Amino acid sequence: MMWLGIDTANTPLSVALVRDGVLLAEYTSSMALNHSLRAMKAIEELFEKADVTPQAIDAIAVSEGPGSYTGVRIGVTIAKTLAWTLGKPLVGISSLRVMAGNALLSGGIICPLVDARRRHVYSAIYKSDGSGLQQVKEDGHYAIETLLESIKEIGQPVLFVGADISLYREEIESALGELASFAPQPFQLPRASLLIHFAEQEEQEEDLHAFVPEYRRVAEAEANWLAQQKKGTQS
Amino acid sequence: MKKDYYILGIETSCDETAAAIVKNGHEIVSNVVASQIQSQQRFGGVVPEIASRHHVEQITLVLEEALREAQLEPADLDAVAVTEGPGLVGALLIGINAAKAFAFANGLPIIGVHHIAGHVYANQLLQPMEFPLLALIVSGGHTELVVMKEHGKFELIGETRDDAAGEAYDKVARVLGLPYPGGPHIDRLALESGSAIEFPRAWLEPDSYDFSFSGLKSAVINYRHNLEQRGETIDPHQVAAGFQESVIDVLTTKTLKAAREYKVKQVIAAGGVAANQGLRFSLEAAFEKEGIPFYVPPISLCTDNAAMIAAAGSSMFEAGVRGNMEMNGRPGMPLKSWN
Ligand SMILES: [Zn+2]
Repeated sequence: MMWLGIDTANTPLSVALVRDGVLLAEYTSSMALNHSLRAMKAIEELFEKADVTPQAIDAIAVSEGPGSYTGVRIGVTIAKTLAWTLGKPLVGISSLRVMAGNALLSGGIICPLVDARRRHVYSAIYKSDGSGLQQVKEDGHYAIETLLESIKEIGQPVLFVGADISLYREEIESALGELASFAPQPFQLPRASLLIHFAEQEEQEEDLHAFVPEYRRVAEAEANWLAQQKKGTQS
Repeated sequence: MKKDYYILGIETSCDETAAAIVKNGHEIVSNVVASQIQSQQRFGGVVPEIASRHHVEQITLVLEEALREAQLEPADLDAVAVTEGPGLVGALLIGINAAKAFAFANGLPIIGVHHIAGHVYANQLLQPMEFPLLALIVSGGHTELVVMKEHGKFELIGETRDDAAGEAYDKVARVLGLPYPGGPHIDRLALESGSAIEFPRAWLEPDSYDFSFSGLKSAVINYRHNLEQRGETIDPHQVAAGFQESVIDVLTTKTLKAAREYKVKQVIAAGGVAANQGLRFSLEAAFEKEGIPFYVPPISLCTDNAAMIAAAGSSMFEAGVRGNMEMNGRPGMPLKSWN
């Protein structure tokens, strides 16, 4: 069983080929690259290096968001187009779960976090049992205060993961004190091989055409429009 | 005997998700468009983020439908042509990444097409292009006069210095309280109207083929403002007719002048605004009198579609143009010749 994994949900880019649980090749970069330009090129190079053809793929895993709207769309578009034209199953995995996967062996509470600007983050809370991840708080778009409040309530040590944690480090430390710890840099990048590891345990998407990113947030124009509609019905 | 060849076209530069297959550069075998107009109407215009979200929802559906309608398999295709620019960057890159993924999976070459070249080549799907040729491209994003001396050779002789013609239509429609997209409504009101308000024409320098529509738009806004101050109400018919007369007068006069100067054998109009009845009648009458063949594609090939991208892509394919996996959306891509 040969898997292709694609993660372009945030600034880092990661693509991997895994055959029967064994990593054939992986390319991961945290340079601020243009995914639209680089992602398919990286996939092409990956196949060349592993000396496999696109037809050799049995399944595709993609990081479905949340994250950068554009970044997530690029990965999802590539993944669903490949899956559709090759006639192979597609599995979407939360980009936050992929990130938390870096602390899979920690055996404690894990908080993956991505900056969403205006003092908001895309985040979730997972619990590791040493071999798998259990969701404690669902993926969402949270005000940083709200997120830290829920973590405080748990009252256990929390490991923060993600390239953007440096932006909130002081705030996290002052809110949680000794309970907070931070993953070292090499453990902050999403790895497509981990994405595939999770995808192997999930069901494939039933309707490939209907597969879209998990934005976890409505577009601003849509939010404004909905608010206006609501005002209209109230007055 | 030359073998038949098939080009798959993909277009996502604005708010239409489209895929089409063209045979031998001029025969449409399938042409699929998923429009977002209904969704975008809520916002009174195209919201880029919403457009991009819709493209992701539609892209594989339109690709599948284009192949199904053509009764072809990916293996029957010879290349994938996709709009590389100009357009909304977030929208362009959905089509481009789908095109790259599809081309990679099926071992096909990829060709990046300029959106305007696509609009011009829509005519190749109706009758062979004859050179020199003059093309007037008028849409929500463009107002351009292009001269072609042979296939793949473009000379931009005039363009708008501010608003595109279609943009002016949408803005004036908003002033008149008409729904989006405004062009067809103004066209209808203008055709129904018996009289017209006189609005200025922006001719610019005597030797210029450039356009300007922002002054005209301001004149309409000022006109309404003055009436309101006097407590009078605006007559949308008369304003629509006056606005449209001004736009059409400038477009027709400059296109005719260019056709004479460049001694062209064929004049074509393209883009969403080319579907405008008033403009069509005016250009048809002018070129019939002049004795130069004039063509406008039917509405389905005037507005954004992928058959036109496949048609232009076919000419590029024959000329040996090929892209690669590093192709990216180019929102401000200039119109470049490939011959
Ligand atoms: Zn167009």
